[in-house]
Amino acid sequence: MSATAHAHVDDHAHDDHGHHHKETFITKYIFSQDHKMIAKQYFITGVLIMGFIGIAMSLLFRMQLAWPGESNVFFEALLGKWAPEGVMDADIYLALVTMHGTIMVFFVLTAGLSGTFSNLLIPLQIGARDMASGFLNMISYWLFFVSTVIMVISLFVEAGPAAAGWTIYPPLSALPMAQPGSGMGMTLWLVSMAIFIASSLLGSLNYIVTVLNLRTKGMTMTRLPLTIWAFFVTAIIGVISFPVLLSAALLLIMDRSFGTSFFLSDIFIQGEVLHYQGGSPVLFEHLFWFLGHPEVYIVILPAMGIVSEVMAVNARKPIFGYRAMIASILAIAFLSTIVWGHHMFISGMNPFLGSVFTFTTLLIAIPSAVKAFNWITTLWKGNLQMNPGMLFSIGMVSTFITGGLTGIILGDSTLDINVHDTYFVVAHFHLVMGISALYGLFAGVYHWFPKMFQGRMMNKNLGFVHFWITAIGSYGIFFPMHFVGMAGVPRRYYENTAFPMFDELTDVQALMTVFAIITAAAQLVFVYNFVRSIFYGKRGTQNPWSATTLEWTTPMEHIHGNWPGAIPEVHRWAYDYSKVDENDEYIIPGQDYVQQHVPLFDGEEELQH
Amino acid sequence: MTTLLTLAVLVLVAIAIWQMTKIFELSQLRTDNSEVANDKDNKNNGYLMFAFLVFIYGITIFSFAKYGKVLLPEAASEHGSDYDLLMLISMVIIFIVQIITQALLHYFAFKYRGEKGKRALFYADNNRLEFIWTIIPVIVLAGLILYGLYTWTNITDINDDDDPLVIELYAQQFNWTARYAGADNTLGSANVRMIDIDRANVLGLDESDPYAGDDVIVKELHLPVGRKVNFKMRSQDVLHSAYMPHFRAQMNCVPGMITEFSFTPVYTTEEMRQNPDVVEKVQRTNKIRAEKSAETGEVIDPWEFDYVLLCNKICGKSHYNMQMKIIVESEEDYNKWMASQQTFKSTMMASAQ
Repeated sequence: MSATAHAHVDDHAHDDHGHHHKETFITKYIFSQDHKMIAKQYFITGVLIMGFIGIAMSLLFRMQLAWPGESNVFFEALLGKWAPEGVMDADIYLALVTMHGTIMVFFVLTAGLSGTFSNLLIPLQIGARDMASGFLNMISYWLFFVSTVIMVISLFVEAGPAAAGWTIYPPLSALPMAQPGSGMGMTLWLVSMAIFIASSLLGSLNYIVTVLNLRTKGMTMTRLPLTIWAFFVTAIIGVISFPVLLSAALLLIMDRSFGTSFFLSDIFIQGEVLHYQGGSPVLFEHLFWFLGHPEVYIVILPAMGIVSEVMAVNARKPIFGYRAMIASILAIAFLSTIVWGHHMFISGMNPFLGSVFTFTTLLIAIPSAVKAFNWITTLWKGNLQMNPGMLFSIGMVSTFITGGLTGIILGDSTLDINVHDTYFVVAHFHLVMGISALYGLFAGVYHWFPKMFQGRMMNKNLGFVHFWITAIGSYGIFFPMHFVGMAGVPRRYYENTAFPMFDELTDVQALMTVFAIITAAAQLVFVYNFVRSIFYGKRGTQNPWSATTLEWTTPMEHIHGNWPGAIPEVHRWAYDYSKVDENDEYIIPGQDYVQQHVPLFDGEEELQH
Repeated sequence: MTTLLTLAVLVLVAIAIWQMTKIFELSQLRTDNSEVANDKDNKNNGYLMFAFLVFIYGITIFSFAKYGKVLLPEAASEHGSDYDLLMLISMVIIFIVQIITQALLHYFAFKYRGEKGKRALFYADNNRLEFIWTIIPVIVLAGLILYGLYTWTNITDINDDDDPLVIELYAQQFNWTARYAGADNTLGSANVRMIDIDRANVLGLDESDPYAGDDVIVKELHLPVGRKVNFKMRSQDVLHSAYMPHFRAQMNCVPGMITEFSFTPVYTTEEMRQNPDVVEKVQRTNKIRAEKSAETGEVIDPWEFDYVLLCNKICGKSHYNMQMKIIVESEEDYNKWMASQQTFKSTMMASAQ
């Protein structure tokens, strides 16, 4: 850490920052520049509202898959003209699938997860009074809010929302004649995503600058909690890859509205030849997946960071292989930017490129395996405190392994041929990225809820119920789904009745749907617990989980600037749990953890892991 | 049926909420009033972790027992057996890793559940261990990568050795057309700009191209068994994907370019219908169809096995029903069928009159 940065931090510590502001309702709750409030805004918009919409959509199309073509009161009530007499229309099925993917990937798991926890934890865990720029942080949230509003509005347009799949491959997404959703719905989708990308970039730049410059005295990079490492690297991948999606979106907007031919060529549709010449849909696929693949790591890395931290705290043990964990985050981040072609093995691109991408893709399995083994070893000989956050962390490792292993099949260009775009893929990425990231999110919420809401805690018993129903339900949905995929059922089929060879799979679909409904219902328990605990949750102690990190040294009441006095100085890494001296006694008698701001004791060895 | 199931689910949810409220109330009576897990919670959840391991194994066994039979039958193409072998090897490796790691994870969660006064082991690092579990995946993956790439190179090497049959697969919303290269085994050049619906030139063939005259355009794909087929894929509107699961074959159809895939069918449709797995599958399916027919009163024909070409890239409203029948037959039957088809030239002449 450079001397100037230290000086800056010290200055900050003395100016008694922020107490002279007059806070009005608007500056405190709406246009707030305080990172803790912005974190809550992200959570409520991204996770609670968009998450509800996204999951509700999945239930609608799951019911259609289980009981194809049957009339359903929910369809009639929720889809209106799109479900004449309660029978779902095929166009709206595709729209539901598309919007479910878009909302869950971008709004819930990118903005909701990263936005909530990066904002909440980066300043608190590195010992900073706020983000580097509170103003940009506020702008970032409000841009996200605007993109959310536009995306929700697109659900109500006359011809329906975007329906070309969340990957919006042209020409389908470019030509309103190809499907109704590619009209106004797709325009709004692209506008919303462009604003979303701007929001994400502002947020990411802020996270990077904050982590690099505002660490408190003594907080070297190798003393950072793994959460911060994960958020930091996630922000870097975001800055590298999101602009490429913006360029893809801009070119697609031009093809759609201004007659250019970046992605379109030789098209004959509805009885006429279009003028497009010389473009290539494969180019769009390259641009999309150049973001799209890093995107899945943008989703999973924060969850990995949260799980590492929550698991170490609750195991009362240091995370095993701290440096290997950092190295694997960096390796995954690097590799994530050179594997996008594994989504395109059969897109028509040169097979030699397929070989290269197979090679880089399977390399990712190595740092991922290291992470999984390190988590398992962290549990070994621990004193595991089974708080809801801990259960979700263990659950995350389980689903990450189950889902990750099938990646070995999909990443192999040969094996991909026959399972590409089948339910096998759907099962794979829902387990490894969807469910795992959601578990990381839940682990984080249960763990840091006291930090978000003035020391109040969520009810643990409801947390246990939430976890166990979700854990069983998730496997119940996605494990049998692999078999459906290996039977050859393609994804994004409105119904499978057109192929007698899929007739015997209908009861598997019904089983998965029943599990999905139960699992979704369990999420209501979480929402109830969350909202209720905001107002009636029991207050715990200042440091309820007996954790070492700096956020638990702040007062329970939120104050602008986080610490009432000077910012604590850091003297050790974040994982001194159950550390003993040469007499085999805890370093601090009677206490199995040493907080980061406690100086080293005489004769204590600082283990630099 | 739907209403019944929905109601059942709603009842279950109601019961769940009622039970949760009860648990919640009971938790209020405890003396230990904190929201931090105590020894009892650790114990209960530790045991549940072990039970969950049993559940994971259980659902694996259940799925294999109940759904193992729905998987695709034996591959009907030459490269398909290599594909199936590689898949089997990968699956075996995956399941070994899955069984071991899930066991360790959940067993540790059960075994080391927290107790007051218990001490965790400060164990932060072990270079040898980490080296071991880095190097093992490296070796296993290196093997898989090499084997996979070898197979991939063979499959994607599309050449003219062994006198392949050249067929164009032409995709449009929402149907398939096949074009055989005819006696000269060379496809006439074509472009969507030359499509002339009025004159039935639906694929946009160049009428002045001498190679085009003997091309044969059909709506059902017939393949002679044992002869290599080189497919050239085209699409006229949006992305489609030509997916032939029984042959372990798939390739996207991209407007503006021609993509390729090649395979050699090894079993005729008749032979495949005799395959014991297929026979059983047809019996199961027809039982379901008969039951459904009896239940709803509508006429549902029994199914006879056929190879099929599906669209496997989202392409619009009727994506779910974009298919073409594939018939693999003996060289003799194929030639007989081909002789009965009209060439492009003769259709053009017919439409000109």
